[in-house]
Order: sequence, then structure tokens, then C-alpha cells
Amino acid sequence: MMVTIEPGYTSDEMMTVAAARMLRDRQVCFVGIGLPSAASNLARLTHAPDIVLIYESGTIGTHPDILPLSIGDGVLAETSVAVVSVPEMFTYWLQGGRIDVGFLAAAQLDRFANINTTVIGDYLNPKVRLPGAGGAPEIATSANEILIIIRQSKRALVEKVDFITSIGFLDGVQTRADLGVTTAGPRAVVTDLGILAPDPVTHELTLVGLHPGVDVEHVKAETGWPLRVAPKLEITSPPTDTELSVLRDLNTRSAQAHKAVG
Amino acid sequence: MAEITSLNEAVAGLIHDGDSVAMEGFTHLIPHAAGHEIIRQRRRNLTLIRMTPDIVYDQMIGMDCARKLTFSWGGNPGVGSLSRLREAIETGWPHPLEIEEHSHAAMANAYVAGAANLPCAIFRGYRGNDLTKYNSSIKYIDCPFTGERLAAVPAIRPDVAVIHAQKADRRGNVLMWGIVGVQKEAVLASRRSIVTVEEIVDSLDAPPNAVVLPTWTVSAVCKVPGGSHPSYAMGYYGRDNVFYRRWDSISRSREKFTNWIERHVLGTKDFAGFRRSIAADNEGAE
Repeated sequence: MMVTIEPGYTSDEMMTVAAARMLRDRQVCFVGIGLPSAASNLARLTHAPDIVLIYESGTIGTHPDILPLSIGDGVLAETSVAVVSVPEMFTYWLQGGRIDVGFLAAAQLDRFANINTTVIGDYLNPKVRLPGAGGAPEIATSANEILIIIRQSKRALVEKVDFITSIGFLDGVQTRADLGVTTAGPRAVVTDLGILAPDPVTHELTLVGLHPGVDVEHVKAETGWPLRVAPKLEITSPPTDTELSVLRDLNTRSAQAHKAVG
Repeated sequence: MAEITSLNEAVAGLIHDGDSVAMEGFTHLIPHAAGHEIIRQRRRNLTLIRMTPDIVYDQMIGMDCARKLTFSWGGNPGVGSLSRLREAIETGWPHPLEIEEHSHAAMANAYVAGAANLPCAIFRGYRGNDLTKYNSSIKYIDCPFTGERLAAVPAIRPDVAVIHAQKADRRGNVLMWGIVGVQKEAVLASRRSIVTVEEIVDSLDAPPNAVVLPTWTVSAVCKVPGGSHPSYAMGYYGRDNVFYRRWDSISRSREKFTNWIERHVLGTKDFAGFRRSIAADNEGAE
């Protein structure tokens, strides 16, 4: 008799855990708000205790015990090694070349890992106006490499973004180097279904990993271009008990904190 | 020398219709009380400048204070969009809103250039970014020494900067700490400035290298305790994340938004009155 066993974790939890594992201890990571912030702090609270987390509000080496709701919450300043002004953050630290990994989220992401957080539809006649660029365009070009985390759907992973807010590999023909960009760009895209990485030659995002229980057809159906699949697919190890309990505790503490007036 | 005055008088005397106004604050120390006073005094046709316009600019845009917004990230952080900003951009209500859109790096550098009395800022940025197709103030310049192609944007030189800080002394010297964003640069880049503070003290007791704006760089200092609520003032009170979440539903429709502003902002005399008004509303809701 076939018995279906519920995995005991959600696809969002798998995504966050898989993204956290991409970070190494002692790296300097420039953290975007939302999904990247959860994954970065999970890494810090598990396998990467000496990772240096930097938020664009100016907090360097921060150790928040809850996830910030906004990029400049008090907990980031209270638990950081240093707080610098925003101009200093973008000049000395980001442009200065001190960031190993920029960790970004995206509203729309395309085949060549370009990110759109500006507008759905035409810029001058928008269907949906999104918040805009923030720090991402220069994170995408100044950090040594980029990690991207995004929930996979046909609407989010598109053939070509409506607007390039932050570059990945452009149209796949023009190169980053053509624009004078010397950093590596996106290394991996972690989704709730698996892991995509740019092909070393064409830079096209290719499926290289699957989370447990997900099949290739499902990922293809949730991708807005004919998705290429690597010859050998890695299957992500399911979240460990430690990863799950640390993540859940973090989310619970954060939810409680954001319900109360500080 | 800064004049120590009421917020009502400072806004009346220093902010005029048509001015460019930078009200800065990066999550922390956002000058909400000053924004409300601008709404009460019904300023019009302002060019609003801010890296991270959030709900106070949403309120001012929804109340028709602005004709243009210069910004680099406009949202309700961790919650979602700004409905009034979106409606102004998407449908032109209550007034068509011209936008000049940048990245954070561009705006931060442009404020520094303004404070430094330079015509423009130069930085390594805007490579491959589609904003360059729509924002004609983004240009490129070749480094005369290395030939590297760099981005250039005009310096930000507002008519008025408005910020909130923790403390001033009785002469009007201002001290702030924590996440200080671009506030010092915004004040030094502007012709005039208003600083609201949590308290006015005999002595700032600022350590060397603290972020201090000397009194002669500021036009007016106004004591407004709690004046950045629902943002926060480190050392005084935390961010009211519940209010940020509530704003999403308050601002969703024109009617609900307008009623809320009429009742709590236009219907009150000052920020203390506003705080009492929303507190009474919250009790009624429970």
C-alpha cells in the first residue's frame, strides 16, 4: 500500500533553508529586506555564526534576534558592530568593494537573471507600480556575487523583465564586462521549487537542483521560458531539525514583536 | 542661529507653495509631525524629495501637497505599496504626479554633492539600468585620469530640509544618533531647514564625532515629543509596526483615506492632538 508522508515543512521553509545554505561563514553579505533577510539570519543562527550582515540603512555586522519589518528597524542598529550614514554605506562599503555577496529578492526575474522591482507593464503607463530600485542596482554590480531568492511562478519568472532595475546577464549577448562591470553577478537563484544557476557559457538560468518531492515538469510549468535542465540534478537535502526549529523560532519571535508597539 | 519656535510657525515661515522639500529619515526619525503640519497648512505644488518615501509622503501626496516626487524606493516597508502614491502615478488623483526616479546610491551621492556645493555627484552605478531611459538627469562622464565611465547625477539642492532628531540644546545645536540616513547631508544641502526634536536640553553632552548639526546650519528647531511616530526615535520609543500595517487599509480607498486625514490631521491643532485623536479611535475600535 502506498503511504504518502507529509514532508513536515513548507515549500517556503525549504526555500529559506536552501538559500541560507548558500551563505558561508565569515562572508560579508549585503542583505535585502524580506526573504533574503530571513535566509541570511537563519545562516547566521546556524552554520555561519561569523557571517557579517549589512543592511543598506547603515548597519554593519548586525545580529538581530528578530527579523526586521523594515530595512532600518531599531533592532538592526542596537545589535550591530557599527552604524554608518547611508552615503557612507553606498560609497565606502558597497562601491568600495567590501561586499562578498549581495542577497536580493525580485518581483520579476528573467531568463538572464535580470531583476525588476520597478514596474509591471510600461514605465510611463504602468499596470502595477512597484516600490522601485532602492539599493539593488548598485548592489547587483558592486557586490562580488549575487544570490537571488524568489517564489517560482510563471508571472514572476519571465522570458524578459518589463524593466531592468538590477542587471544580471542582460540579454545574454551583451556582457557585464561590456558595461564596465567587473563583478561576477548572479551565482544562483533559490526558489520554493528548486535551484537555478546561470549556464557557464550562455548565462541562461538553468535548473540545477530540485527540492525533495518536486518534479521537473512542475518547475517547467512555473517558468515563463522554455527552461533548460542540467544533465545531473542535485536533490536538496530536506531541512534538518535544527534548521527548521531555528527558522520557526525566528519567525515566531518576529511575528510577535511586530504585533506589539515597540 | 536656529530659532527655537513652534512647528506651526516654522512651517508657516519657511515652507512655501512650490518649494522643493526634502523630508528625510531612513525608517528611523521620519518627520511625521512636520508632514502633518504641511498638510494642515495646505501647502501646494511642492517638489517632494526623499530616498524612501513612506506613509507620511503617501499622506501628503493624497492631500494634494505635491506636484513632483524625487525618490529611489517608495513603499510601506515590510507591508506593501503606498496606495496614495500609486493612485497618483497610475490615475493622477488627486493631482498628476511627476516622478524623478533614482537608485539609493544615486540619491545618497547627490545629497553629498549638494552638501559639498558641487554641481553633480559622480559614482559607479546605473550600469544597464532602465531608469536611464526615462530619467534624463542621469548622465555619464569619463574619469579624466583612468577613462572609467562613471554615472553622474545633479546635486540635490532643496529649498527646505525637514528632519527629526533626538535632542537640541537651548541654542539650537542638534544631536542625532542611531540610523542617521542622509539627514545631515540633506540639511547641509538645503537653503533652509526645520528640525523637530524629542527634547530640548541644557547640554547635548555629545561625544566627539557625534552627528551634530551646529545651530547656525539650521533655520528652526521645534520641540515635538513623539514627532516621528509611527517611525521611531532610538532611545525614546520604538517603531509602531502595528500602525504601519494599519495604514495599508486606511489608505486603500480615497474615501477612507480622506476621512481619516480630515478627522485626525485637519481636525486637530497639532501633533499632540493627532496622537490623542488616533488613540481615542483605537480604544473605540477595541
